[in-house]
Amino acid sequence: MRAMVYRGPYRVRVQEKDRPVIEHPNDAIVRVTRAAICGSDLHLYHGMMPDTRVGQTFGHEFVGVVDEVGPSVRNLKPGDRVMVPFNVYCGSCFFCARGLYSNCHNVNPNATAVGGIYGYSHTCGGYDGGQAEYVRVPFADVGPSLIPEWMDEEDAVLLTDALATGYFGAQLGDIVEGDVVAVFGAGPVGLYAAKSAWLMGAGRVIVIDHLDYRLEKAASFAHAETFNFAEYDDIVVQMKKTTDHLGADVVIDAVGAEADGNFLQHVTATKLKLQGGSPIALNWAIDSVRKGGTVSVMGAYGPMFSAVKFGDAMNKGLTLRMNQCPVKRQWPRLFEHIRNGYLKPSDIVTHRIPLEHIAEAYHIFSAKLDGCIKPLIVPTAA
Amino acid sequence: MPYTPDKPKLAETSDELRARIPGWGVDLDPKDRPSVPRERFDPNLGGAHWEFPERQPETFPRERSIEHRFLTPVFGTACPPKGLSGVIRRYSYRRYSEGRAAHWLLLLAADRVDTVESTLRSFLTRHPDNPVTETGVVSEVTHHGLASRLRSRRVDKAHQPLDPIIVAAPWVLAGGAAYLAVRKVARSRRR
Repeated sequence: MRAMVYRGPYRVRVQEKDRPVIEHPNDAIVRVTRAAICGSDLHLYHGMMPDTRVGQTFGHEFVGVVDEVGPSVRNLKPGDRVMVPFNVYCGSCFFCARGLYSNCHNVNPNATAVGGIYGYSHTCGGYDGGQAEYVRVPFADVGPSLIPEWMDEEDAVLLTDALATGYFGAQLGDIVEGDVVAVFGAGPVGLYAAKSAWLMGAGRVIVIDHLDYRLEKAASFAHAETFNFAEYDDIVVQMKKTTDHLGADVVIDAVGAEADGNFLQHVTATKLKLQGGSPIALNWAIDSVRKGGTVSVMGAYGPMFSAVKFGDAMNKGLTLRMNQCPVKRQWPRLFEHIRNGYLKPSDIVTHRIPLEHIAEAYHIFSAKLDGCIKPLIVPTAA
Repeated sequence: MPYTPDKPKLAETSDELRARIPGWGVDLDPKDRPSVPRERFDPNLGGAHWEFPERQPETFPRERSIEHRFLTPVFGTACPPKGLSGVIRRYSYRRYSEGRAAHWLLLLAADRVDTVESTLRSFLTRHPDNPVTETGVVSEVTHHGLASRLRSRRVDKAHQPLDPIIVAAPWVLAGGAAYLAVRKVARSRRR
């Protein structure tokens, strides 16, 4: 089969690879019909995530058709159109039994701090991902769901991570009616978090980024007020000014490990790998939220330490909430919102790129060329 | 204003927001939010028909965190450790917990070694690594590289020039080393 393969920092290619096989009785093999590149894939692409091995196939956002099932699979059969959450999870461990699917303890031997994620380094379990023609899906009775007949395939692929994560991030903010919600990052997760904040009754939604084209999308797609931090000497002061010096009630970090805005922080984290991630957006979130407020962290960071301003977080009495999203828990409610027309996830898709051009797709997304917000990948056999 | 008791007034009322924004407030009640409360005990919720999953066969010695009691019943098999990078990875997993910086730094070092080993290995195959095609740099021409950067005051322009250096440096250094080695051999033969 044809599959994206990591070759080293900033280098990927498509090559022939063995089709995955059933390795566990509850496995399924899925023929991928649409995949996506996630902003967090760029952390792997840039060599930031420990134990990212040459030869791995990335991709934790994908949908497809079931091609084969293991002997213990009851809920799926070949030919079913399925959407697959980015979490690999067993459904029965201590954490899964409490709905914390992203924290599953039975799928990742490499680390106890993080669950299993498709195509996301060996630190997250060593699974190949969906930027390929076929992918192995463990626990087929637990993770995947049939794509509803009425649902567009491109909306479905965005439900496998980005939309669910943005929606989850807004929930972790514990938004109450009339709250001022600020979102750092106008990428896919930030756009969906901003949109979701309105569903939860926000009184004002502000999105901050340095890319004008993404802020324009935040204004049109998420009805948000926007600020380009490159235009201000100090974005934290601007956040205070725009909230009558109180600060936002809730701030969502939808940037994560490769945050820009401070050259030293960015370079020490993303180029020199001396921090788990560049905590610029997280620190701005801590500074911009009001005392007693909540910071929700959806941005992904590496497992090493980062220079986070915990002193200010403590002095301000903040609630810091975070987790990888347990995707499938979000789906029933998100299906309703899409069906009711409150959300149209695929409105943020800017590029549809054949799998054979995966190297260009990664570069376009990484370097933010051509107004790229969300690139989808179309496998050869789709 | 934080200096007085009341919260600053919003520009729009809830009714105005409901009229302007599709779906405003449909999840206002926390009961409608699927992750509230975050933990909800229900062992049947996930759809599993096992209490502990069957074990996936271990077809090669699978490295694991020493914070785990045993090898998890299911695991990925994408890239078993190999070469010198594999030796470093196995040592890191065997010796250090996730709580130790040495664990992660060794794994990052192994990643860099893996890149060098794999690139060298690729030269023995019909598909040697090609930094031009694999970086996708051609999209700079086909997807408005210059215009994308000139159009706005984006701050990543400050560090993007470092990226080609990060990618090219090992190739330039390896090329230089190969040149010196060949020259040395050629000179010794002339003598």
